[in-house]
Amino acid sequence: MENYIIDIQHLSKSFGDKKVLRDINIKVRKGEFVTLLGPSGCGKTTILRLIAGFLAPNEGTILLDGKDIGNLPPYQRPLNTVFQRYALFPHLDVYDNIAFGLKLKNVPQKDIDAKVRKVLRLVNMEDYEERDVDSLSGGQQQRVAIARALVNKPKVLLLDEPLAALDLKMRKDMQIELKEMHEKLGITFVYVTHDQEEALTLSDTIVVLNEGKIQQVGTPTDIYNEPVNSFVADFIGDSNILDGTMLCDRKVKFIDEEFDCVDEGFGENTPVEVVVRPEDVNIKKDKSKAQFFGTVTSCTFKGVYYQLFINTDKGYELMVQDYHKFEVGDRVGMQITPENIQVMHKERTCNSFKAVVVDSNHLEMLGGVFECCKTDIEPGTKVRAEVDFDKIDLMDHQDEGSAAGQVHSIIYKGNHYHLTILTDKRKHIFVNTNDVWDKRDLVGIRIEPKDIKIVEVNED
Amino acid sequence: MMKKFIAKAYIWLLLALLYAPLLFIAVFSFTESRVLGNWTGFSVKLYQNLFLAKMQGSATLLSALENTLLIAVIAAMLSTMLGTVAAIGIFNLKGRKRQTMNLLNSIPMVNPDIITGVSLFLLFVFLHISQGYVTVILAHVTFCTPYVVLSVMPRLSQMNPNIYEAAMDLGATPFQALVKVMVPMLRPGMVSGFMLSFTMSLDDFVVTFFTRGTIGLDTLSTYIYTDARKGGLTPELRPLMTLIFLIILILLVIINVRQAKTQKKKV
Repeated sequence: MENYIIDIQHLSKSFGDKKVLRDINIKVRKGEFVTLLGPSGCGKTTILRLIAGFLAPNEGTILLDGKDIGNLPPYQRPLNTVFQRYALFPHLDVYDNIAFGLKLKNVPQKDIDAKVRKVLRLVNMEDYEERDVDSLSGGQQQRVAIARALVNKPKVLLLDEPLAALDLKMRKDMQIELKEMHEKLGITFVYVTHDQEEALTLSDTIVVLNEGKIQQVGTPTDIYNEPVNSFVADFIGDSNILDGTMLCDRKVKFIDEEFDCVDEGFGENTPVEVVVRPEDVNIKKDKSKAQFFGTVTSCTFKGVYYQLFINTDKGYELMVQDYHKFEVGDRVGMQITPENIQVMHKERTCNSFKAVVVDSNHLEMLGGVFECCKTDIEPGTKVRAEVDFDKIDLMDHQDEGSAAGQVHSIIYKGNHYHLTILTDKRKHIFVNTNDVWDKRDLVGIRIEPKDIKIVEVNED
Repeated sequence: MMKKFIAKAYIWLLLALLYAPLLFIAVFSFTESRVLGNWTGFSVKLYQNLFLAKMQGSATLLSALENTLLIAVIAAMLSTMLGTVAAIGIFNLKGRKRQTMNLLNSIPMVNPDIITGVSLFLLFVFLHISQGYVTVILAHVTFCTPYVVLSVMPRLSQMNPNIYEAAMDLGATPFQALVKVMVPMLRPGMVSGFMLSFTMSLDDFVVTFFTRGTIGLDTLSTYIYTDARKGGLTPELRPLMTLIFLIILILLVIINVRQAKTQKKKV
């Protein structure tokens, strides 16, 4: 049995009727550097605040060293937090800010002096004891905030986007220092960030979150090389996410080409999603070794490498990184090594909605009434309706459709966009389209009557 | 040139009108005449009388002064405590509730004194609370507290929202966090709320008049009112007014100079 310092089980949290966390399970080993990574609003800060005790969970338990701390107030939890905007006490100087926690615990003055001096040395802030915290730069304030937390010797240090307010150069320096501190002290770090690069650099383990759910847990290399779904692939690093078909074990077809791969057990002719990192598409000088061909449509210098967009002969667009410069219009041959093709289960193959029959040719669903093919199902019956991704039309104006929604996320799939639309009733709809939409665009949703399939009649 | 002159003259005229009554009282505090407006030669006799308490009814005047100051200090302290706590509470409310509370807080401020006074009087009678010191202080706390809430609120919105949590995170109980972190940070707002309450309590007449009961409790304002009705103001009031004005002027200058200094330090 492994020894976990933090063990979060079935944690759920709602604000009003909005569920922000659903059934979160996280285990943290002693001394580990764990990062909670996700876009804003994914619930990562909420998890941190639940651990710190500023929020109470609706369901689930948080064990610290095997003890349930769910009912302890924050001041009785042996944890300390570094806040996003430092939250230093402006009426106290650097010394008193750091000594705050020790003084509350009635530590003798002599020990406080020694401890404060030691922790100031750790964060490279000696000789700043007397300074007003308002007179410090952002980076220095963050060091004081870290020192103020570390001086209490917490079992776990919680960090809530501690570097978000710093400029790029300072952020990079602080990343290295944080990593060194973590190695030197052996304290467990739980780190929250939306910056995937920061997460990859710092962490032992990354927990990727989206919309209140854990998407994937793994080491940085696992997460980067083997994303489990298109969200993780899209969120971490640059990637080509493509629809494909698993023909049989070790053989996958995408961008209308067949490739060897290393994945097995998907079955035959199964629809899948494929991720290929841009640096894994190799441009072959020797055209006889190429698997497929395309034409360069753009080439941008990115410092170490060039970022290319290439249209394949079969009409797919790929993002490719290469150390060599190419001219727009160059024809190139490309190859992908089997190990670098990441095959993922398709989370869904078509939309499926709960609906209610209104009359012989209308259904109520998604907060609107849709025309459908003639049905002899009794009005008022609850049914399930299925609509293919590419059979949903999005309108520029919300009132042009039978229901209204907002573009929630966009993934480019080489030759089309895969959109997630959030309807006014907070239902997700998935749409494949060739039109260009932006995030948060308001859209009307229209579906041709013949494209709505009523598949299942619920008796109750 | 002419334009400038008119602009300047306008300002001076305005200031003259504002300060003429004060100046008038101050000048006539240096003459012995019983009737205000008669100059009977320079004298500091009225000041001597005031300080040596050698005048008719000096005992009641001095006790009125004492009452006024005591009531103002106690009422201002209570309002500052109540108002600060209330401000923190209101600040942590969300959306509609917070708006409602802010509205409820601002109504007593626009409410005419006479209505506050009469309604408090009726309330005390209804509750059978014998009127005197306690009711006057309660009444003053009632109309001062909203001003404290109003002067503390901006400090709260300037504050980093994580500060209170940071204190608890470092091991402070909610009470310790309040005393060691919140109060020091809100102090400037609390001080101006206290000053505001103090001055408002000091010069209140209407509310005091209705809530002081019949035990003969007098503050300066009610004393002057009764005194004037008995036939002319006691002449010693003139030096007293002058002194009060001077003390407040000096206090204001000190506060302003200190503020300017701390601002300079920040820049």
